Amino acid sequence: MDKPFAITLNPGSSLANHTGSWRTSRPVYVDRLPPCNAACPAGENIQGWLFHAESGDYEKAWRVLVENNPMPAIMGRVCYHPCETGCNRQHLDDAVGINSVERFLGDEAIKRGWKFDKPGRSSGKRVLVVGAGPSGLSAAYHLARLGHAVEIHEAGPLAGGMMRFGIPKYRLPREVLDAEVGRILELGVVLRLDTKVDNIAESMKAGKFDAAFLAVGAHIGKRAYIPAGDATKIIDAVSVLRSMEGEEKPLLGRRVVIYGGGNTAIDVARTAKRLGASESIIVYRRTREKMPAHDFEVEEALQEGVMMKWLSTIKQAGEGNITIEKMVLDDKGFPQSTGEFETLEADSVVLALGQDVDLSLLEGVPGLEINDGVVQVGDNMMTGSDGIFAGGDMVPSERTVTVGVGHGKKASYHIDAWLRGETYVAPPKAEIAGFERLNTWYYSEAPHTMRPMLNIIRRQSTFDEVLGGLDETNAQFEARRCLSCGNCFECDNCYGVCPDNAVIKLGPGKRFEFNYDYCKGCGMCVAECPCGAIKTVEEEI
Amino acid sequence: MPLQPVKFYQTGTFTVGNRLLAPEERSVQANMQRTNSLNSGHRACQGCGEALGARYAIDAAMNASNRQLIAANATGCLEVFSTPYPETSWQIPWIHSLFGNTAAVATGIAAAIKIKKQKGQGGDVRVVAQGGDGGTTDIGFGCLSGMFERNDDVLYICYDNGGYMNTGVQRSSATPAAARTATTMPLGPEPGNPFGQGKFVPAIAMAHEIPYVATATVADLRDLEHKITKAMGMRGARYIHILVPCPLGWGTASQDTIHLARLAKETGIFPVFGAEYGELKTALAIRRQLPVEDYLRPQKRFAHLFGKSPAVATIARIQALADKNIRKYGLLDREGSR
Repeated sequence: MDKPFAITLNPGSSLANHTGSWRTSRPVYVDRLPPCNAACPAGENIQGWLFHAESGDYEKAWRVLVENNPMPAIMGRVCYHPCETGCNRQHLDDAVGINSVERFLGDEAIKRGWKFDKPGRSSGKRVLVVGAGPSGLSAAYHLARLGHAVEIHEAGPLAGGMMRFGIPKYRLPREVLDAEVGRILELGVVLRLDTKVDNIAESMKAGKFDAAFLAVGAHIGKRAYIPAGDATKIIDAVSVLRSMEGEEKPLLGRRVVIYGGGNTAIDVARTAKRLGASESIIVYRRTREKMPAHDFEVEEALQEGVMMKWLSTIKQAGEGNITIEKMVLDDKGFPQSTGEFETLEADSVVLALGQDVDLSLLEGVPGLEINDGVVQVGDNMMTGSDGIFAGGDMVPSERTVTVGVGHGKKASYHIDAWLRGETYVAPPKAEIAGFERLNTWYYSEAPHTMRPMLNIIRRQSTFDEVLGGLDETNAQFEARRCLSCGNCFECDNCYGVCPDNAVIKLGPGKRFEFNYDYCKGCGMCVAECPCGAIKTVEEEI
Repeated sequence: MPLQPVKFYQTGTFTVGNRLLAPEERSVQANMQRTNSLNSGHRACQGCGEALGARYAIDAAMNASNRQLIAANATGCLEVFSTPYPETSWQIPWIHSLFGNTAAVATGIAAAIKIKKQKGQGGDVRVVAQGGDGGTTDIGFGCLSGMFERNDDVLYICYDNGGYMNTGVQRSSATPAAARTATTMPLGPEPGNPFGQGKFVPAIAMAHEIPYVATATVADLRDLEHKITKAMGMRGARYIHILVPCPLGWGTASQDTIHLARLAKETGIFPVFGAEYGELKTALAIRRQLPVEDYLRPQKRFAHLFGKSPAVATIARIQALADKNIRKYGLLDREGSR
């Protein structure tokens, strides 16, 4: 070969030198579980739907959302958003307003008339859902999507359960509820109203159902013994809230005392204020810190002029007044009597002391186990009776709409498997993407977007919705605050920072791949990945 | 935290890419068709800042020159690890001559291109010269100063890792004060590299009043690419000085290279700025100011400052150097930034 002076070799490329052999550990792409997803009782893929909202593809975002939860507009109003409590962004500035973006997507879906995808092949199986509350509706939706014929038997005159008869309108406008329930029914779910199931075994037999999901809720108000004269009006909170949906509004008088410290007590107190009560007073035996009600609800009630009597119990109710006793907390945090009494004027006393489950439909069903007034279920949400599953407030749980929705989903997966004679095994959960996994240098400073609040006068006199929604611009801003914890969002950092060009970019939506022929294992991609989606694995040497 | 409106994504321009940006607004490094001027298979150490900085810079220069670029390279790590005979990692026309004559070689190439253009041969080919701090601030300094004063049409890029690393970590005139090298051992009353010696070549380049002088680090890609692109849009002598951490010479973990460059900038110990015709024009503001200790502590070359009794006085002197940079270049002045 003809070469210049002193040159004996042809020019070559360094690609011949496979520097991957230097490596003692290798980077591997992973999808970790974002803390928001981990905290969601309904098992939503929050990071997954925010990803699409970030690019403005709201329909795609909504479709990813409803894979797990069919009622985003309702969730965006009534969910206590444990996702935001878990959000890693709170360690930077404020948690991402996941709930407000969810509401935006839900409202957008109603506005634009987006429909669920039609169910796949029919399974030929029939499932009875008892109760059209959040849990029953969620189960009906998932079962219908899995191809089963679903019939809901609801004792009440309208669907929604506690979402209609427990949550006041100022928190959940009924047209939103109707729209999201209607969309579930459009999947072919049959809803029978005013159909109380008195005996589950008979109802299943009569309707030729292969399985049943019970979600009757807990709507019997607990009573407490209060010595009272005949003229005293003592009613329970559930009845008050339920009658708000009827023609005749409850007559509570000008001075209303509510007994209890949960969210229901707050709902009644705020409702009473809106009905024209001059005084709406919550009497609770422990302190504000110990109140089971959520802090923001207590705060909103106080803003609206609801008064609170902490460390007090009602001893006696007379005509137009009640006697309360002051309490102190002992070392263990339990309230103890002090012997100090006080008289409060009261036209009515509303008891908000919790709710019991109406279990009469289960009489005579073999194998059922009932403890503390709730039905016991296994990990698969099945009761002791084969083919009868249960969820929502009637099983041991934290009684929230979101938990109910989660139960509905979980139960439907198990029902689906059970109907096929199989056992549903949930996919293994990925490791949580904690804050320490993130490289937060890369995120812009961006504070939380506040939702508009209705003015105080209208909050005290009308049932208009208190908390406003976001519009498209600020909903997108809020979505873009998501750190995408544990899941690649294609920021190109790994592709950029590799000194050895050992990261292959596969193109939009396809993420990246390592070229282990040249990766020296320096770990720079792992260190500079903003969201913790790359991990280091030791090489076997 | 200071507020910054999220224009297009939660990461703004801090990350290399951003899927929500319009293609023309994206970085060169985010592009699937980037030149990869310095290709895989080179023999740089794991986590080499210089290999990374060179690809960032030359890819951006290729992009800005319509891929009509010739590079002259000084002796040093970059030359040694990229071109062991007969292999090359360079995917551009590239020449290496001697340690100290790179600026002169580039001047010659620029002159040849000029004559060829006058004769109607060849198009508008641009010239880059590059080297480490040894080849730039010490050995090649005479040729560099000559290139500056003649205002030759060359962009000179210095990759500063603060020493002669491939020959065993010896001191250069860019080695920072107090740093341990093979020739400035941590012995005696003032261990490590003495204070009051060395030189900051960007300031010397500014004194030549050439069209453009800038500094950058591998921690801020968008800033680096912006400066290269700006320089390539100008004619005459231009100088860009890029801080490139060296895991070997600094005694740092290979995955921390970018992190350390970021700390150098955030502490103010390495000022990131741009200057035109001898005048300071821009400074990249410190985003979250940190004490120099945060920068020094992870580096083994400063380990002697953090023994049983930390060298508080020495650390304070280094802090004073950072504070002086912050004052001199307005590094906390958000108005003046980019």
